[in-house]
Amino acid sequence: MVSILPLTLTATTAHMRGKKLAGPIDLTLDKGGLTIVIGPNGAGKTTLLRLMHGLQRCSGGAVKWAVPTPEAQQRQAFVFQSPIMMRRRVVDSLAFPLRLRGLDKAAARAKAETYAKRFGLGDLLESWAPMLSGGEKQKLSLARALIIGPELLFLDEPCANLDGRATREIETLLLTERDRGTRIVMSTHDMGQARRLAQDVIFMHKGLVHESNAADDFFASPQTPEAKAFINGDIVE
Amino acid sequence: MNSIGQGFWEAWRLIITFDPDLYEIIFLSLQVTVAAVIIASVIGLPFGAWLAVNRFRFRRYTIAVLNALMGLPPVVVGLFVYMTLSRAGPLGGFGLLFSPSAMIIAQVIIITPLIASISHQTIRDLWAEYHDLLISMHATRAQRIMALLWDGKRALLTATLAGFGRAIGEVGAIMIVGGNIEHATRVLTTAITLETSKGNFAFAMGLGLVLIMMAVLVNLLIHTVGKTERTGTW
Repeated sequence: MVSILPLTLTATTAHMRGKKLAGPIDLTLDKGGLTIVIGPNGAGKTTLLRLMHGLQRCSGGAVKWAVPTPEAQQRQAFVFQSPIMMRRRVVDSLAFPLRLRGLDKAAARAKAETYAKRFGLGDLLESWAPMLSGGEKQKLSLARALIIGPELLFLDEPCANLDGRATREIETLLLTERDRGTRIVMSTHDMGQARRLAQDVIFMHKGLVHESNAADDFFASPQTPEAKAFINGDIVE
Repeated sequence: MNSIGQGFWEAWRLIITFDPDLYEIIFLSLQVTVAAVIIASVIGLPFGAWLAVNRFRFRRYTIAVLNALMGLPPVVVGLFVYMTLSRAGPLGGFGLLFSPSAMIIAQVIIITPLIASISHQTIRDLWAEYHDLLISMHATRAQRIMALLWDGKRALLTATLAGFGRAIGEVGAIMIVGGNIEHATRVLTTAITLETSKGNFAFAMGLGLVLIMMAVLVNLLIHTVGKTERTGTW
């Protein structure tokens, strides 16, 4: 199957009610690996992910996939910062994206059970999704995103509201998925997490991509004063 | 006060003696109301969800009109249905006037805006919650509406029950289009009106109590079947 990547953003901008959210952004996302998007609050990290995924309409420029956009959109998934829990049981929540794609009920349920076990939710199959703990909700979100076998996974600060243990669990699951070949693009403002996970880093500030580099190079020798300040833990305005 | 007391006894007497006239009226009341609620729900629930999910040019006006239609005067609806179904009317050929079908049609017109409006408000809130997820999953419009209706089903029971409550207590329209004909179109509300006009207050009160009990029982039954208000149930 032809890969949906590379993804190319050319002078892409995003506006909302006349206010510029991000851009112009020029960026290419190649196959393989785990890219971390970092930057201070309001830097445009979420907007960039939403632009790439198609949740945010670009007001200028272009977002171009290696395959036609509708096909590319079917082969990617998104995990939100605040898990969106459907008012269903865990097993039905997991089966939902499969049912949308026409899988019959029994097959969808069987696959949902497999994924629930893989993501440590095996004992919670019949629990109501909105009643889960924060960590369980985010694991469910991750499993629900991955159950369709996406080639590309976007995660918008998935550990922002989690404690250390839950964060470690999510990170382990993400690294496993990366090793399975899923391309991952994740935003965070946690420098520790960025250092632990990143192979590539996109540094954003004031809606612009200031730097896009290999993680080792970025952390060793940041190219912009803003990136340097951010890495050092200074306040970036 | 004496009439109220007598009404209680009359209600009990009618119920425990399985008064055939009473049970015929109860059965017809339920038949007409349940049919109207089912038809109105089939129309109103998806329409409310559709209205919540879609953006179109006159959406705001459509919602305003829908909300205004919740207050449709039943007698006006009755008059409209009467004129439509009467021999000289456009649907006169079907011979539906003074039949339970005419009563169902009138009730559907009265309660559909109510069910659609409440379901729109319910689904609108759920859509705000689910929007990004369903868009991200590339759910089609029909799939979005189905998912919202399914996940909002317990809240939507309220819409259906509101429709049931309005329909079961309705008298103006069904009196006009049904005619309150004994053994044909007489339901609890029209029977109460008739008995009151005859000065038979105790019997009217008895029928009224039966009507209230029936409404409460149906609500309890639906809440029990729908498993609402239980901890951990969504």
